[in-house]
Amino acid sequence: MSTSGIELTVGLTRSATQGETGMGGMRPLERPIDVELVELTKVFDNGVVAVDRVSLQIHQGEFFSLLGPSGCGKTTTLRMIAGFEHPTSGEVLIEGRPMGNTPPFRRNVNTVFQNYALFPHMTVYDNVAFGLRMKRIPRDEIARRVREALQLVRLQGFEERYPRQLSGGQQQRVALARALVNRPRVLLLDEPLGALDLKLRKEMQLELKHLQMTVGITFIYVTHDQEEALTMSDRIAVMNAGRVLQVGTPVEIYERPSSRFVADFIGESNFLRGRVTEVGPGEVTVALDGGFPISVRCDQPPARGTEVTVAVRPEKIRIAPAEAPEANGLVRGRVEEVIYIGTDTFYVVRITDETVVRVRSQNDRNRLDGGQLLPVGTPVSLDWAPDAARVLTE
Amino acid sequence: MVVAERVRPDQQILKWRERIVEVIRQREGLRALLLAGPGGLWLLLFFLLPIAIVFAYSFAHRGPYGTVAWAFTIENYTRFFDWLYIRVFLVSVWLALLSTIICLVIGYPFAYVIARAPRRWRNALLVLVLIPFWTNFLVRTYAIMLLLRADGLINNALLWLGVIERPLPMLFTPFAVVLGLVYGYLPFMILPIYASIEKFDFTLVEAAQDLGANTWHVFWRVLLPLTLPGVLAGSILVFIPSVGAFVTPDLLGGGKVVMIANLINQQFLTVRHWPFGSAVSFVLMAIVLAATMLYFRLGEGRRV
Repeated sequence: MSTSGIELTVGLTRSATQGETGMGGMRPLERPIDVELVELTKVFDNGVVAVDRVSLQIHQGEFFSLLGPSGCGKTTTLRMIAGFEHPTSGEVLIEGRPMGNTPPFRRNVNTVFQNYALFPHMTVYDNVAFGLRMKRIPRDEIARRVREALQLVRLQGFEERYPRQLSGGQQQRVALARALVNRPRVLLLDEPLGALDLKLRKEMQLELKHLQMTVGITFIYVTHDQEEALTMSDRIAVMNAGRVLQVGTPVEIYERPSSRFVADFIGESNFLRGRVTEVGPGEVTVALDGGFPISVRCDQPPARGTEVTVAVRPEKIRIAPAEAPEANGLVRGRVEEVIYIGTDTFYVVRITDETVVRVRSQNDRNRLDGGQLLPVGTPVSLDWAPDAARVLTE
Repeated sequence: MVVAERVRPDQQILKWRERIVEVIRQREGLRALLLAGPGGLWLLLFFLLPIAIVFAYSFAHRGPYGTVAWAFTIENYTRFFDWLYIRVFLVSVWLALLSTIICLVIGYPFAYVIARAPRRWRNALLVLVLIPFWTNFLVRTYAIMLLLRADGLINNALLWLGVIERPLPMLFTPFAVVLGLVYGYLPFMILPIYASIEKFDFTLVEAAQDLGANTWHVFWRVLLPLTLPGVLAGSILVFIPSVGAFVTPDLLGGGKVVMIANLINQQFLTVRHWPFGSAVSFVLMAIVLAATMLYFRLGEGRRV
């Protein structure tokens, strides 16, 4: 994304405005840090710890998402970056400068609010021009930049409309234009697509990502929608109960969740309880409750005898009838439920009295069962690649 | 033997009632008449009719011994353009305007504080605003007189402190009248402004700050324009009773500050020139109407 990001300029990019060039070839993590959070903590007056020692480094031009369930502290974190909340302890640094108690209007960041917060008594033009007027920019330059910003969000010709005359998607775009026209260092977005219906949401996800690549501004995006975060982000920080649990690219977060919470919150996972029986180099053998010993790849193997959870995603599991020749599976069980959803079939397989495993099997001809649905009650064997499972100690 | 089905009286009444309800339900016009009729009749008898009579008086002559002589003239209106009466008119509008502005300047921040107070405090604060209404207006006005008198509480305190050497003349001045008007009508300014600030979406303040607006800009460009309906309503509610105030200028102005209502009172009761009093009443109504329309026009101009 980096190359196209800096070269596709519509006058709003940093390279065009501040003459910073030569960044095009750099990977996001090699670029300078735009926003750094150091042990950021927020305790509200009622004693609730909303944000608990969060440290993050967000690089220039990154699309960075804060992902977590409601109440996890992601919005409070964003509001501290914007300057609407003051940290109880810790520090927000923007472009390397500690923000301290710098008020929002002196920070080089702009926010797109969850409910857009457009000024209802102003036209689209006046809404977008607001920030520039506050900075006492000459009138003709304001006109030019507002035109560019509206062009960027494809809202030319809507200048004289009032927010109430626009659809939700259009209001969303005005909010984006109103923030981007100021050429902020960092754009903060607080669940900006939350109020849109699913179809529009999907469209706007791609459009936002495209927009971010076009303008090359750092985006910090707050969402509780894991699919949204996976679709758009360069990196994701998964938060829960005020803490950052894991930071990584969408692939890292999805494929190598570090905790049960992350494995469960992002996508779907089966959790199998067991005990470590053997520890090898980069690999452990876990005896699952119910008796099956399976070997799982593991970078930091826990000690022998540790109680662990093995996480396996439903789509990574191969399912075959138990009597089939290729059925040399890791786990055996019996089909308890079959749910056909067109592209895939979900199987619920009982492996012990206490444990069921969900399997998502793609309906194509390469399936082990030869394209036939397995009826309820079929004895099956399940198996997966060694690196498809994760050993979680938490 | 055929037993006639006897209808018990109370059932009969129920049936009639059902029938009446049915008719009312079916006829929209009748329903509207029944709903609005009593109020309408009241207004017709005790508001429109007297106004019509007063309007008729305003074109009549003063008869001997203060009676009304029925002969058409517009002299009562032309007479108003005497400097003596124009002055009364100007003083009234000026004092009412001043009171409105002072109420606005005091009332807006007050309403803001109430609207932004924690929810559990809000009702208590609103009750505090309304507490003065529990006491009769006349009594409260006399209380102000006691405070402002030459040997009143304020003058005595200032003398004792040595701030002044002789009592300040405060009672029976325009100052006293404006003080009384502001005191009397401040709640009418606070309440509508409170209502509009309470409805205001404060994320807009954050949005404005985010876009580089300082506190001053947030107020002038976002908060004030969006709470203007409350400001306009409050201003009208203060200005109208102020411009037509009678008791306050009478007691606190002591005859030295004459406002329109005092002039009307004088013409009807002292001078016994009912036609001229009627004409002045209509001039007052015209002022109020003009002021109201001007305010609403102002509101539309801001496109709120």
